[in-house]
Amino acid sequence: MTAQLSSGTAACPGCLATPAEPARPIPDDVQIALSLPGIHCSACIATVERELNAHPGVEDARVNLTLKRAMIKAAPDTRAADLIPVLERAGFEAHELDPGALSATQADKAGRDLLMRLAVAGFASMNVMLLSVSVWSGATDATRDMFHWISAAIALPAIAFSAQPFFANAWSALRVRRLNMDVPITLAILLALVTSLWETALSGEHAYFDAALTLTFFLLAGRYLDYRTRAAARSAAEELTALEVPRAIRIVDGVEAEVAVADLKVGDLILVRPGGRMPVDGQIVSGQSELDRSLLTGETLPVFAEAGQLVSAGEVNLTGPLTLRATAVGQDTSLHRMADLVAIAESGRSRYTSLADKAAKLYAPGVHILSALSFVGWYIYSGDLRTALNIAAAVLIITCPCALGLAVPAVTTAASGRLFRKGMLIKHATALERLSETDTVVFDKTGTLTSGAPELVNLGDHTRAQVEVALALAEASAHPLSVSLAKAAREAGIKPANVRDITEVPGYGTEGEYRGQPVRLGRAAWVGAQQGAETSAWLAIGDDAPLAFRFSDALRPGADEAVKALRASGKHVLLISGDSKGAVRALAEKLGITDWVAEALPQDKAQRIQDLRDQGRKVLMVGDGLNDTAALAAAHVSISPASALDAARVASDIVLLGNDLLPIADACDTAIKATRRIRENFQIATVYNVIAVPLAVIGLATPLIAALAMSTSSITVSLNALRLR
Amino acid sequence: MEVLAYLIPISLFLGGVGLVAFIYTVRSNQYEDPDGDARRILSDEWDDKPKP
Repeated sequence: MTAQLSSGTAACPGCLATPAEPARPIPDDVQIALSLPGIHCSACIATVERELNAHPGVEDARVNLTLKRAMIKAAPDTRAADLIPVLERAGFEAHELDPGALSATQADKAGRDLLMRLAVAGFASMNVMLLSVSVWSGATDATRDMFHWISAAIALPAIAFSAQPFFANAWSALRVRRLNMDVPITLAILLALVTSLWETALSGEHAYFDAALTLTFFLLAGRYLDYRTRAAARSAAEELTALEVPRAIRIVDGVEAEVAVADLKVGDLILVRPGGRMPVDGQIVSGQSELDRSLLTGETLPVFAEAGQLVSAGEVNLTGPLTLRATAVGQDTSLHRMADLVAIAESGRSRYTSLADKAAKLYAPGVHILSALSFVGWYIYSGDLRTALNIAAAVLIITCPCALGLAVPAVTTAASGRLFRKGMLIKHATALERLSETDTVVFDKTGTLTSGAPELVNLGDHTRAQVEVALALAEASAHPLSVSLAKAAREAGIKPANVRDITEVPGYGTEGEYRGQPVRLGRAAWVGAQQGAETSAWLAIGDDAPLAFRFSDALRPGADEAVKALRASGKHVLLISGDSKGAVRALAEKLGITDWVAEALPQDKAQRIQDLRDQGRKVLMVGDGLNDTAALAAAHVSISPASALDAARVASDIVLLGNDLLPIADACDTAIKATRRIRENFQIATVYNVIAVPLAVIGLATPLIAALAMSTSSITVSLNALRLR
Repeated sequence: MEVLAYLIPISLFLGGVGLVAFIYTVRSNQYEDPDGDARRILSDEWDDKPKP
């Protein structure tokens, strides 16, 4: 050990210069994150922590019930795959999360920062308000001056700390010669402080320290609400991403090793097991299987795969193990190139101006002009700079967008909370506003309106004996069609026939021997049948003509109701799919959708959405596949189910957490209501201004009136928003 | 009015204590898991001695 250490140190010349530090390599502990969707009580917490801490290698395990997650610090060779069975034995569902995709600590820093500023502003405003109340109730002369000085001593440092976000925003807007909502806020706060200090120094009657602080407090509360809503959505979205731990099996000299997908290089040999997703683009070196490409192209029919064939990242391997040689990894894969399309399409959406921006555009210049006019007017009329400045400050404080700052965040918080409880995640700040404007809904087929799982449709066409044979063969395979066939047959009360020597031929099907005859269940060509337009598995018994078991894609729960509800609310519903004509037509007729397009390429989908936009329509796109991502980004607003590919979820504004599609129709209603509330809130804020501003302009406003106007308008606005819950 | 000379510093001090306590709780991650903390109080584990 000693020899090893000394040779190790000598190898590094830099280490020789620092002899004090012993060269003891401490292996870093690994962080493992597990998602525990089933935990809900104190007993769950105790059991999970006890089980995990008892496992060798685990140093510390802590459950977070709010996030339904366990964070585990463990010795370097501990793997999540070892811990999950431990929890499953204890009766808890557990999934591994990729700690790299969870940036909770970093995101939380911003939230903590805002919370701290909010606390300081709250503390200072309460104390100053206490002093101000005594001034309003009649403190005079020396007492009043002293109270004003104490207020100043509290207000100045408190505002210097807590109003920093506004100052920073206003400065960055001014630097590029623009006006935003933070410019009048900053100006009002600063002007109020300056005039109040001046007044206090001259032992004047009115000081606005309390107004400056309450203003900061209310506005920070709005910011914090806004932040919390988005942070909750972000952490839930992160969790969805983190559930797909990017690992792959690399074969080096015939030995399999699990590595991170990021470490794969071009030329690596990679093993993809049945059920696994291709981590990279590559060429199949050995193995036979079938590939499910529905997430990439929208086709439901599995594609046959054998050595020599090219595969793209994102395709799912269905039946046999495949060995690939990587041809493109990471950013170069077709999956990522498709994601770049999204970036281009998305730039169009960022041009959307939210209601808050529209209000700010009208409001900021108006306030500045009004305040400047009253300053000039009073200066000409009275010739007194002090009076004029005081009145200008009062106008700015009274018009200050306290209620406007709360109007939008309070409503979006209430609406997002309501939709989250129904299983929808609002990812984008203006998603609700855009959703409320939609008049056209475009659905993708595979994986969106349908669940992507096949459903046997013609069980009744076959005799019991035939189905018994088919069931025996189907149960030997994990292919989706076999699984579905076996499920349907079992539900019909059928028992498997006694088929012997069953073997699965990956990529083709299963075969065996039944009463001395060879029997096969599988692809059309393999059993000697002609492939039709529909998804089907074929059964051949001896030399008899093959029998078709036909499948249709099962409808996602709530799809029918969602489409009906959307049509009932006067929206135009379209179906655009990459799947074959027959399948798309059948589904469109089932749901009563008259406008449908089949065999659409990803570019066609995006183009179609662009055409609808050019006609002045506001399109809601609902899709899940990689072939939908460009369309999702091009649409006015977009929704994707949680089962969607990561790229599609990133491109969409709203993620549907449950399996049910019905919340979509609900979300449209909620969005319309939310937008109505936001408009109402703006109106309420305006009414307060219409009453209070004339008082300020003619010089009758006192700090008491300013405080009353500010608090009542903020509270009314928040209460109005709460009606949405 | 002399009483103000005591009362105002006292009120400011008490408010300050509250503020400092709040900042301490935020810094020591006490708002990370509100649901879990509400449940943990019901658990009788570590009742006899604190968790090491």
